[in-house]
Amino acid sequence: MGSQSYYIGVDIGSTCTKTIVLDTEGQLHKYYTQPTGWSSADTADSVKERLSQEGVSLEDSLCVATGYGRVSVPFANKTVTEITCHARGASWLYGSGDITVIDVGGQDTKIIAIQKSRVVDFMMNDKCSAGTGRFLDVMANSLGVRQAELCELAAQGGGVSISSMCTVFAESEVIGLIGRGEARENIAYAVIDSIVKKVASQARRLINPGAKVCLTGGLCNFAYIHTALERELQTPVLSEKRGQYAGAIGAALLAKEL
Amino acid sequence: MSNYVEMWKELGMDLENHDNLCQVLPTAFGDVFLSQQNRPQGMAFWDMVVAEIHGIRPAELIEAQKQGRKVFGTFCVYVPDEVVIAANGIVTGLCGGSQFWVPGGEKVLPKATCPLIKASVGARLDRTCPFFRIADMYVGETTCDGKKKAWEILGQDVPMHIMDLPQMKRPQDLDKWTAEIAAFAKAVEELTGNKITVESLNEAIRVINEKRKALARVYAARKAANLPISGKDVLLLTQIAFFDDPVRCAQMCNKLADELEQRIKDEVSVFPKGTKRLLVSGTPLAIPNWKLHHIIETSGAAVVCEEMCTGTRYFENLVDETQTTLEGQFRALAERYMKTNCACFTPNTGRIDDIIRYVKEYKADGVIDVNLKFCCLYDTEGYQVEKALKEAGIPVLGLETDYTDADAEQLRTRIGAFVEML
Repeated sequence: MGSQSYYIGVDIGSTCTKTIVLDTEGQLHKYYTQPTGWSSADTADSVKERLSQEGVSLEDSLCVATGYGRVSVPFANKTVTEITCHARGASWLYGSGDITVIDVGGQDTKIIAIQKSRVVDFMMNDKCSAGTGRFLDVMANSLGVRQAELCELAAQGGGVSISSMCTVFAESEVIGLIGRGEARENIAYAVIDSIVKKVASQARRLINPGAKVCLTGGLCNFAYIHTALERELQTPVLSEKRGQYAGAIGAALLAKEL
Repeated sequence: MSNYVEMWKELGMDLENHDNLCQVLPTAFGDVFLSQQNRPQGMAFWDMVVAEIHGIRPAELIEAQKQGRKVFGTFCVYVPDEVVIAANGIVTGLCGGSQFWVPGGEKVLPKATCPLIKASVGARLDRTCPFFRIADMYVGETTCDGKKKAWEILGQDVPMHIMDLPQMKRPQDLDKWTAEIAAFAKAVEELTGNKITVESLNEAIRVINEKRKALARVYAARKAANLPISGKDVLLLTQIAFFDDPVRCAQMCNKLADELEQRIKDEVSVFPKGTKRLLVSGTPLAIPNWKLHHIIETSGAAVVCEEMCTGTRYFENLVDETQTTLEGQFRALAERYMKTNCACFTPNTGRIDDIIRYVKEYKADGVIDVNLKFCCLYDTEGYQVEKALKEAGIPVLGLETDYTDADAEQLRTRIGAFVEML
């Protein structure tokens, strides 16, 4: 082999594309994110370009693609669904044993029950975007803040709630609250509270007693969501900054097994 | 389907609108069915029928009407075909399996109605289904709230007979259903002008039992380790069985079963070794609803059995052929039909027993329990089904979907992940 070979995981999500490169020892070599944008195919091209800049040769490496854009990655050796990849990635990040993964992504929320690194059950939200990253995005726009700011504001707020389960109606409700002169931090609190309640109600159906509960996906980056989720579920929830990469890590680990 | 324009015109159909359906159906059928490898030769019959689905059989029905026979359109597997056949009548299924008809139904029904009901009502009101134009009478039943109210709307447009199906399985419920069948027999006699006799009803019972046995033979072939036929193909022939002449249906199914049994001996399979075997349970998949089977069978799995009205509920259990009085025959019919396990009954634990039994018989690796959107009965029962299957150590995935393709990719991810999990 001419150059160093690697195991690559590419997770093309609805909002964000995550790339993970593992070396032959299975150690983390590179990881980075980029916005998915309009076209998964264009995103895949730019992932390829970036890999080549980083000195990762595709010819010598094995790649697994996952996420909703997984079929648009021409250089992938295999595609695997995000459920399986998140389970593998979460076991790598948070240790083996019984784990319940809560993955809040851009367009869907997945709850995955894992025993001995294997998926034993899972559920996904339906077509509704309530309780997903998209909900946070829409609400942050309504309040004229970035998502991270919204989470920081929420930590200082309280006392208000949003009753609508639907993103579109909830947005009207938020606009109503703004019009009424409600403090921004209280509205932000209500937004996060709504996401967390929705996610928690799904998660409760699959959490086994004794299983570690951990968070993956884009919302790992927001400390307050983590805190609010722990409060709602009344159980410790593991989270870490690379949680967003769980799907891509799982894909890279599966590439290693090809 | 171009040779039937005159016939459709005489039926008072909306030709322009109907053309839109005729244009998309062949492509959909080609993509889903003709792309499969190594299909049994016996499927050629059903390929031909579906290619002319609004032509061949409607023409036969019209011909029979010219000879004085009456056609009864039905919506449900609880309506006893035997009674109609005993009076020299004909039973046909009706349109209701495509998104094409849904907007027509939504003109008069709440949006939060299941797509099967919306499509059926839309197909009738929009005049785009020949079967809905041909039938002399429609036979409804009280299997769900959506249907009960839809009959009132349909009834303003067409003559209807409604059978009141009990929703529990106590002795008094069996008595009631026996009386409902007797009342239906009277309505059928009135419309056809023919008397139902012990002899004619026994012959009809025999004919329908033969059809059930033939369908059961085809399904039994799917219990083999090497699958001689795809789930999609069996779904198709089951869907068409609702429309076909029962004697011909039995002949064609038996002919196909001969071929499938030979394939099993020759170890011919239409799937690669190691393909995961799935049982699909839940609400019916009316023609041309092939979405779920297509996604499953292009995601590394095969459908080995349908615990559905378009599946085992249609042919399981035979009617006793030894009765010598009409009263005895009506009771025998009631006993057979009341064995069918639909979510409209409470409790309905028999359905869970059926699913677990089929998982063993068909050697399924997992179950997909699906309900049509807004079907409150199957959706709610899904909780019990999933719980019981998990307790029995059988992997299960619950899904809700409708006739649109909007959720196809989400379904593909869920089903793909489920197959990876097995």
